[in-house]
Amino acid sequence: MSAPSTASARRRGPLVHLGVDLTDAGAHPAAWRASGSRPERVFDAARLTELVARAQSGLLDFVALDDAFTLQPRSGGVRGRLDAALVAARLAPRSAGIGLVATVDTTHTEPFHVSKAIATIDHVSQGRAGWQVAWSTSDAAAAAFGRKPPQSEADAIEEADEAAHVIARLWDSWEDDAEIRDVATGRFVDREKLHYVDHEGIRFAVKGPSITPRPPQGRPPVVVPVTGDDALRLAASRADVARVQAATAEEAGELRDRLRSAAQDAERDPDELRVLVDANVVLGADEPTARARFELLQDLDDARWDGSLAHVGTAHTLTSTVEEWVRAGAADGFVLRPASLATDLDAVVAHTVPALQRLGLFRTAYPGTTLRDTLGLARPANVFATSA
Amino acid sequence: MTRTKPIHLGVHFPGVNNTTVWSDPGSGSQIEFSSFEHLARRAEAAKLDFFFLAEGLRLREHKGRIHDLDVVGRPDTLPVLAALAAVTDRIGLAGTINTTFNEPWELARQFATLDVLSGGRAAWNLVTSSDAFTGANFRRGGYLQYDDRYARAGEVVEVARALWDSWDDDAVLGDPSSAAFLRPGAVRRVDHHGRFVDAVGEFTTPRGPQGHPVLFQAGDSSDGREFAARAADVVFSAHATYDDGRAFYDDVKGRLAAYGRDRDSLKILPAVTVTLGATAAEAEERARHIRRQQVSGPTAIAFLEQVWGRDLEAYDPDGPLPDVEPDVDGASITRGRVRHVRDPLAVARAWREQAAANRWSIRDLVIAVTTRGGFVGTPEAVAADIERHVHEDAADGFILVPHLTPGGLDDVFDQVVPLLQERGSFRREYAGTTLRDHLGLARPAVARPVDAGVAELVG
Repeated sequence: MSAPSTASARRRGPLVHLGVDLTDAGAHPAAWRASGSRPERVFDAARLTELVARAQSGLLDFVALDDAFTLQPRSGGVRGRLDAALVAARLAPRSAGIGLVATVDTTHTEPFHVSKAIATIDHVSQGRAGWQVAWSTSDAAAAAFGRKPPQSEADAIEEADEAAHVIARLWDSWEDDAEIRDVATGRFVDREKLHYVDHEGIRFAVKGPSITPRPPQGRPPVVVPVTGDDALRLAASRADVARVQAATAEEAGELRDRLRSAAQDAERDPDELRVLVDANVVLGADEPTARARFELLQDLDDARWDGSLAHVGTAHTLTSTVEEWVRAGAADGFVLRPASLATDLDAVVAHTVPALQRLGLFRTAYPGTTLRDTLGLARPANVFATSA
Repeated sequence: MTRTKPIHLGVHFPGVNNTTVWSDPGSGSQIEFSSFEHLARRAEAAKLDFFFLAEGLRLREHKGRIHDLDVVGRPDTLPVLAALAAVTDRIGLAGTINTTFNEPWELARQFATLDVLSGGRAAWNLVTSSDAFTGANFRRGGYLQYDDRYARAGEVVEVARALWDSWDDDAVLGDPSSAAFLRPGAVRRVDHHGRFVDAVGEFTTPRGPQGHPVLFQAGDSSDGREFAARAADVVFSAHATYDDGRAFYDDVKGRLAAYGRDRDSLKILPAVTVTLGATAAEAEERARHIRRQQVSGPTAIAFLEQVWGRDLEAYDPDGPLPDVEPDVDGASITRGRVRHVRDPLAVARAWREQAAANRWSIRDLVIAVTTRGGFVGTPEAVAADIERHVHEDAADGFILVPHLTPGGLDDVFDQVVPLLQERGSFRREYAGTTLRDHLGLARPAVARPVDAGVAELVG
């Protein structure tokens, strides 16, 4: 089943992958109140376009856009969300090179809708879409839809797994050369190259084919946040990129090993799975400045940062951490979560990226045009294609 | 009355039916973003009201197989409109979303998002569906009874509007010295329990610049017309000819008073094709050529098969009509589109007589019976026709449907719109920034629930 990896053969030495999370005004809940932030612009498309341009100027792999069906409960942080898939589509025509990863739910959103939304972002961005899989367990999300009771994490992840399987099939339901425009016979498509997915699951059935032709990347990269053992299994079987939370290199390395071995168990080539560690970053010109910035944010909102790496320091020490973790095989890279997008993304692009480039650890140009190219992942063959 | 009734014009991206000629050398991609961008930007340069994108949630089938003679496949409606918001500044962005296979919480946040991301240019063309054929792609399946289509649609709109109104326009406080991102009390909990929908909680997405995105409605049934009179801002009409248009316009506008609505608060816009020529004869000849491109031999046979209810592939499209009678017991052999023939035997008889009298082949007949009019003539004549339809209440404007992707309306933008502008009957510049501004529609105020106990403050 597993195809031999051409992607791993193409890769030369450890190259770091860096995504950046564009959620809210930054990873710290008080970011919208920090210096340089303009809270009235949080939902402004121009602000998001500028952030993507900034990330793209640093040749980052992708921007990640979070989403959920519920309003953030904390009163001190940003409250309110835009639909992530539509934001990604809005950002596509005004960017090039950088990947656009949108979070879309599988518990309440129809798999058919998820499939065509992500495929369409891939079409409008000419191959730069990614899908971050989400699932909902809250009472609030279930009440918003009123269709089914809240689900346990294990059950919701099982459903996400079924959805991810069907969505991949829907992306494949058009072969790449299905559109023929054969004037002689009057046929627009070769219908032998359109396929019913005929999924009859416990939770849902989907007939197919998709209404949308196969995306430029074949299957846009799937990103899975590893929130526990069930999510780890989901990532091992379905993800191209696993987002893990780890405070130390040892912890990250252990997670990466587990993911790679689970991928092997799922008959996949572990080199086709990128393991990226979530890293909250507060950067300053020197250590005391960085610490002072962090304390200022904490004074505004005494937030508890989650269990992943939190880097409060200089861009130089961030570079060292990235180098150390990647060389140790603890990670393939990081998803940076700037404490304040108005400040910390600039520092990453201006200082961390050039330092990594000098070490030969980071690209100096995008290697191709698609997110798969950037991640060093091969374009997948179509499961329905019969040609030998 | 010195006020001139304004003309409203939209453009329809070519769809998956045989109006769209894909076999022409000038025909471009139906999928690549550049095609959508071309049409939207050209329409915006001509100062049109909106760009329109249709949707269908299952590929059409004919005789149990995917129909392959017309364009097949389309991107997802809302992401395309969101992307177009990045390359246009003023033109409205309208998209079809089905109320049967979408939930109001999700579609309300999608349209609010599109309205925010486009600076107030979003429009939702509401369609309903009850068929199990399309339902096979969704959890809901085909459970909805035909009569319940508009009952559910009405409730979906009611919930969507309650969600949009659950955020005040100025909910985001934006004061860094304050510890609260939202103004206290500016976001209210929604608590809806209805026959089709339960939706409870704090909505996620800020109210868009238009308050409510513009609501289009396209159904032509009596239920559909009533729904439009009650809830819609624009009717996407199929009645483009003058007499038909007048009757439809009268009927629908006449229903408004019962809902306490002004006649101007609902715009009626028929979809129409336009074929131009330097002379009337040249335009007619061009229209004939396009009709033959639209109705290929195989397309003519497939069309006849829908009425006959049986396989007619053995017949020559350039020969006479089939002598075999329609199979009246056979179920519809085409799925995924609407086509009703009440009495196939009578239709077949009439068509045979018509074809014999005119010495028509199958293809000639299909071209004749499927030609829907549209504007055909010199730019001057077409401009005058459009004005006449609008000024004499056969329409409030039109949705222009090209036969070619993406440049099929370039000649209309270049030759007809400037004439309308010279005559002072179409805008030379956008007066406002939102689609509601273009259409002359009021911006709805936040409707607060009457029962304050239900509207718990959460901001």
